[in-house]
Amino acid sequence: MADKTGPLIRIEGLSKLYQMGGETLKALNDVSLTVNYGDFVAIIGPSGSGKSTLMNVIGCLDSASSGNYWLDGEEISKLRENKLADIRNRKIGFIFQGFNLLPKLTAIENVELPLIYRGVHARERRERAIEALRKVGLEERIHHKPSELSGGQQQRVAIARALAGNPPMLLADEPTGALDTKTSKEVMGLIRELNELGHTIVLITHDLEISRQAKRVVRIQDGRLSEEGRPA
Amino acid sequence: MNIAQGVKMALKSILGNKLRSLLTMLGIIIGVTAVIALVALGQGATKSVTEQVQSLGTNLLTVNILGRGSTSTLTEKEATDLGSIEGVQYLAPATNSNATVKAGTESVSVGIVGSNSDYLNVREYELASGRFLSQIDLDFYQKIAVLGSETATDLFPLGNPIGQYVQINGSRYKVVGVLASKGSSTTGSNDEVVMIPLTSAERLFKSKGVRTIYVQVAEKDQIDAVVASLESALSKKFRGNTNSYRVFNQSDILSTLDSVTGTLSVALGGIAGISLLVGGIGIMNIMLVSVTERTREIGIRKAIGARRKDILIQFLIESMVLSGLGGVLGIGIGIGAARLASKMLKMQVVFSLDIVLIAFLFSVLIGVIFGMFPANKAAKLKPIDALRFE
Repeated sequence: MADKTGPLIRIEGLSKLYQMGGETLKALNDVSLTVNYGDFVAIIGPSGSGKSTLMNVIGCLDSASSGNYWLDGEEISKLRENKLADIRNRKIGFIFQGFNLLPKLTAIENVELPLIYRGVHARERRERAIEALRKVGLEERIHHKPSELSGGQQQRVAIARALAGNPPMLLADEPTGALDTKTSKEVMGLIRELNELGHTIVLITHDLEISRQAKRVVRIQDGRLSEEGRPA
Repeated sequence: MNIAQGVKMALKSILGNKLRSLLTMLGIIIGVTAVIALVALGQGATKSVTEQVQSLGTNLLTVNILGRGSTSTLTEKEATDLGSIEGVQYLAPATNSNATVKAGTESVSVGIVGSNSDYLNVREYELASGRFLSQIDLDFYQKIAVLGSETATDLFPLGNPIGQYVQINGSRYKVVGVLASKGSSTTGSNDEVVMIPLTSAERLFKSKGVRTIYVQVAEKDQIDAVVASLESALSKKFRGNTNSYRVFNQSDILSTLDSVTGTLSVALGGIAGISLLVGGIGIMNIMLVSVTERTREIGIRKAIGARRKDILIQFLIESMVLSGLGGVLGIGIGIGAARLASKMLKMQVVFSLDIVLIAFLFSVLIGVIFGMFPANKAAKLKPIDALRFE
């Protein structure tokens, strides 16, 4: 993945407008951003800064009002819903703040889910799910339901789910927001490890401490981006 | 996502909520149970009535001669001549009387039928032993008798009746044959009967002429033509007095029966339709609740790549499995209920695979129709809205 040329994400002049009680709110105002393969970018900003909107647009969960967005070489700002679902499935692995695992499914079933929607056959699906769970160190607990796992373990299952489809980008939205300090450190360690293995990571957070672990920090304020540069 | 995977997921979610699923299915279960049980009982009743009508003989016409005084009564010869009408396979003129029949010390009161050799075939009797009446017995006024199976055992409890003598109203008749048992029909027992030659019966009961003629038509589609020919011949004989005779067509009775059952089936179908509709609305209601409850799940699935179609199929399969399961339970309970009713009410029941299949497919269809709206609602949820839902 890291050996591909060109950027993974290229966003140019992207805006997102909301109509609120007759007033137009610019959640994103002419934003441009480029992320290369193998990079580890933290997007940091306070609440209401447009951080979540940016994450939704990058994650193809929402479309922009204007501007262009290329992901892995594909222009996706004009795509329809079904095509976006396909892009989400193949190109993006989501890691959410609240884990967002399906409570009735076991760990391995949760991890298999993106592969089911991709149409991967049962046996291969299982192998890849076990492989992903092994990467996050949970191969012992594959038949446990989320309610039988600790918060850190649940987040690791979620990371395994994001990894299972082998997407070019992992998109983490406050991945440590629901965890205590110790497990936060473990999870961030795991994310850094994954970056070292070549996964491109985009991390959305409001926590400076967390953002320092990234290779590159981008600050968002009032719908505008400003580069903080790479910490040494 | 393939169908098997979808069914597996649907079963999981249905079994995860057993009580609610059962209550949801109840409408369908009751509807299907009612259909299966009532149709089985209705078809059983139809079958037993049809069997009774058919036991009189197949393709049978009955001509009743009411006459106009003694002069216009049909003679045996005239009746037998009607047998030359095209399409008539067997024709048996008959007189029915009641008499006391004695053999030694045994005595019974039975119906005496005076007829000819065709009577056996027309009424679909079979001989157990000996022989039946023949034309020569009629020609020579032979005093011979053929006994019904029950009459034979009543009169001759121990020995073989053939070659023995019975006394009918004081006259000695020789027993030449015994009929096989046929069972009873709407018109009473078919086995308590004594048959003697028509000519001998006329002499014995001092009655002239034939009162009843049984006609068996060779082919079903000739029945109408034979009825017409019989009526025109009789009309000529009775000089246009149509009140002197009457031709009964057995297939008329059967078709009347058919139309009654048809009406019943339509009424039944209506009831079934209404109860399945109610069941379907129940399913739709619960599916809508389920979609709202699982908004977040839908959001997660969409975020990781489920398309609209995947979500639609997931919820459709769920409502189909729900209603199909209800259908299967209804079929099972319906069959059980019909069996129980047939045992308690001593009624015949008939289960047809067609009805079972239709009931099942119809309940699955209900799931599709009433699942469509909730499934579509789920599929149309926007992933960000769904993910934000708590």
